[in-house]
Amino acid sequence: MALLDVGHLTMHYTTKMGDVHAVDDVSFEIDAGEAIGLVGESGCGKTSVAMSLMKLLPDNARILGGKIVFDGLDLVPLPEDEVRKIRWKGISMVFQAAMNSLNPVYRVGDQIIEAIQQHLPLSIEEARAKVAKLYTLVGMDPKLMDRYPHEYSGGMKQRAVIAMALACDPKMIIADEPTTALDVIVQDRILHRIDEIRKELNMAMMYISHDIAVIAEVSDVIGVMYAGRLVELADTVTIFKRPVHPYTIALMSAFPSIKGEKRPLVHLPGEPPDLLNPPQGCRFHPRCRYATAVCQEQVPQYRELEPGHYVACWNPQRKGGVDARA
Amino acid sequence: MMDRTTYKFEPLWKIRLRLFARSFRKNWGLFWESRIGPLGLFIILGFALFMAAHPILMSTIWDPKVYDPIMGFDPKLVGQHPAPPSWAHPLGTDPIGRDILSQLMWSTRSEFALGITAAVITVTIGTLIGSVCAYFGGLIDMFFMRLADLVMLFPFFALLIVMQSIIPMDLFKLALIMGGLGGFGAITIVLKSQALTVKVKPYIEAAKVAGGGAFHIIRNHIIPNILPISFLYMMFNVTSAIFSEAALSFFGLLDIRMSWGIMLNTAQDAGYLGAFGYYWWLWAPPGAAITLLCFAFYLVGRGLDEIVNPRLRKR
Amino acid sequence: MPGRELLGVEGLTKYFPVKKRLFLSRARSFIHAVDDVTFTVHEGEIFGLVGESGCGKTTTGKLLVKLYEPTCGSIHLDGQDVIQIRRGARLREFRRRVQMIFQDPYESLNPRMTIFDIVAEPLAVQGVRSLVEREERVADMLSKVGLTPPETFMFRYPHELSGGQRQRVAIARAMVLGPEFVVADEPTSMLDVSIRAGVMKLLLELREVLNVSYLYITHDLAVARYMCDRLAVMYLGKVVEVGPTEEVIQEPLHPYTRALIAAVPVPDPTYRREPVEIKGDISAPIDPPSYCRFLPRCPIGDVTCESSPHPSLKEVRAGHFVACHRL
Repeated sequence: MALLDVGHLTMHYTTKMGDVHAVDDVSFEIDAGEAIGLVGESGCGKTSVAMSLMKLLPDNARILGGKIVFDGLDLVPLPEDEVRKIRWKGISMVFQAAMNSLNPVYRVGDQIIEAIQQHLPLSIEEARAKVAKLYTLVGMDPKLMDRYPHEYSGGMKQRAVIAMALACDPKMIIADEPTTALDVIVQDRILHRIDEIRKELNMAMMYISHDIAVIAEVSDVIGVMYAGRLVELADTVTIFKRPVHPYTIALMSAFPSIKGEKRPLVHLPGEPPDLLNPPQGCRFHPRCRYATAVCQEQVPQYRELEPGHYVACWNPQRKGGVDARA
Repeated sequence: MMDRTTYKFEPLWKIRLRLFARSFRKNWGLFWESRIGPLGLFIILGFALFMAAHPILMSTIWDPKVYDPIMGFDPKLVGQHPAPPSWAHPLGTDPIGRDILSQLMWSTRSEFALGITAAVITVTIGTLIGSVCAYFGGLIDMFFMRLADLVMLFPFFALLIVMQSIIPMDLFKLALIMGGLGGFGAITIVLKSQALTVKVKPYIEAAKVAGGGAFHIIRNHIIPNILPISFLYMMFNVTSAIFSEAALSFFGLLDIRMSWGIMLNTAQDAGYLGAFGYYWWLWAPPGAAITLLCFAFYLVGRGLDEIVNPRLRKR
Repeated sequence: MPGRELLGVEGLTKYFPVKKRLFLSRARSFIHAVDDVTFTVHEGEIFGLVGESGCGKTTTGKLLVKLYEPTCGSIHLDGQDVIQIRRGARLREFRRRVQMIFQDPYESLNPRMTIFDIVAEPLAVQGVRSLVEREERVADMLSKVGLTPPETFMFRYPHELSGGQRQRVAIARAMVLGPEFVVADEPTSMLDVSIRAGVMKLLLELREVLNVSYLYITHDLAVARYMCDRLAVMYLGKVVEVGPTEEVIQEPLHPYTRALIAAVPVPDPTYRREPVEIKGDISAPIDPPSYCRFLPRCPIGDVTCESSPHPSLKEVRAGHFVACHRL
């Protein structure tokens, strides 16, 4: 049985202008120790999926349907105090720009200790020992725990935040763009570290990013999101070598790479839709060059094209590879 | 070179007018939703009608000899002044026999004139100096900031007392002085800090790269972006100007023929303010009018605050 | 393809004083943001400036458009000394010829101005009085940057446009005066992937149509590979390697460039990157030592590097310069 089983998850934000269809009918599974990458452009709902899994939603957000079964327990109907037990210990999260979330007036180590003591019955000494172990795990000198956040570099703060997320030995960690604000060399170290820790602890991971190159490095399975929907999901090699959804193909063709043949970049005309008022049928059809009449009327079903390769498209492109349009 | 397409444009002023109307409608909607803003506006409108009704009443049902706010005297009630409210004098008469309602209505005009003139002067000076200080920094900034400290710490009231003994202080001069003093005071600091947040935006750099000079940048980029805040402060400044006038008049420091402050002063001079609870019609109407009008401008300011600071808005 | 030399930068240096909290202290420290940078940009060329944050690439760009005055060094545009230009008609002429595109399309457009006013601003400042002419030139420029039909965009406000459209407006503003040289400071780093490719293609297209050269500043080497003809890699205010883009990216010579390129993730799950051989963290160049700036992190540095001054650029191959003692 999968560690996390998300089925037909739908979450909307209520605003004065109407409902924002942030997450619509999203389904996927993660096995223990597996890494799934969620990729998509800004506003596609990838962070909203993560927040729904953690049930850390603002007041105007409503989960309208679906299930989030973690370790055999459905989180959707669960009351807040029950969910709180699962957060940190079960699923833990590294937020976007989390490195700015450290409180500047307390020592970094003390902030982690405080977080640990809220969840585990440990004494100060035990907690300090635990933090020292975590610092070694993320590749930092344990002596640094008695320093203040301003004495840390961006990469060190990010490591500290990852250490905090790992404090209660979670079975799964959600990382939401943890390296976006960092320079490539620091990013490279953090990615390596995350990968090593994950293998060492046999932890499942959901890695969220807009950068398909980063996703390619850290994920076993990749889900591509567009306008609140999961449009394609497959193992990493399949997504890169044989993508079938026109949006996935467009995303791959628009992404520059420093290696390999320098093929012309293809840009996708138009803009992502307004989720207050998403288009009828397939949400990608106004920008899709393969769109047909059915795409404008009916929502394509999210189905298994071949074992492990899911897609929601009326006209999946089987010829594979990247788009050759110039 | 590709061949030039010719475009047909509407006259620019028409488009600008339409854009202005559209943004006005949008902001009006937000202002309306604030609830307190329109309430304040209604009170102000009420005062405006109140003010406009005075000349009409004077030329129709009110006898100028009896009802003139300054020279009037009701001979029918000799010996009874200050007379309590009656049909002839709905708010009674003052100790020298003048109609209180007439005084109240007549004074509204000067309160408006004073409050708005002073506030406009304050905000104009504050906006200009604030943006100039923010843009140039250095010595200019230091000079005006220390001046602002001085103005804020200076005993404003004592200064006015001294000044009125040198030059007789009429309403217009008072408005100029209060507006000017206010403009060099706290508001420059507030507007300068606003202007500083604008100054570091990349569009200021873009304007420099385009060749815009200091004057261009201050006029086209900094001022338009702090103007909403200036306008907001203008509303709060009307309130403080009216309050100051009332206080100064109450102490008899102004060379003004009639105002709400003078009405309170008249009651005080004749010794009626001590007998609390008895001659209420002498102090309650001007007191209420001052409070209500100041309150109304404050409410409008709060309503504008919701447009200017989107974070205050409810979802 | 390279034509005549358009822009020549020599020994360009910019120090920023560091504010010290201790008053009465006379000893001032300086951040060596740009230190002795030399390069040339040819007509019609896109010259890339890459490096991590804080390496001085944006400062260099701002020095070139005279948003900052250099501490020392020279900048020549078409043989004319740029630093001597102070005000008046010559400055106005310089502004017409050299423009800049900024990184953040959300902050680089004044929210209280319409698109027309934004794009017409350089024209107005440069003294184009005729309203008809301004309207026509703005409309023409908007259609050149792909905002068509221009009438539908001219009288909207920036907040009514998407990020990609805003960046097109910013490009139109920079191009409306017909500049010869444009500093593009990370013009696509805030944009989504599918939008980014469109803006990159537009900039390449405008180079041909408007005959403009760019200094293209980016931290993203993959973007630089697609945009630039030649590339300079900066580290703590110094240029460490310059050469043809493909050569620098595929065969980097300087140990820093090698690490930087090895660290870039590749969108190909079957590709295995080389290990990144670099120690420690980047530091701020406050009063740096005289020896090689990269030495504290260098995998190949030795004692001779420590006793020698910072290496100057040496031509290792034709047109490929590297600043390293060990090569």
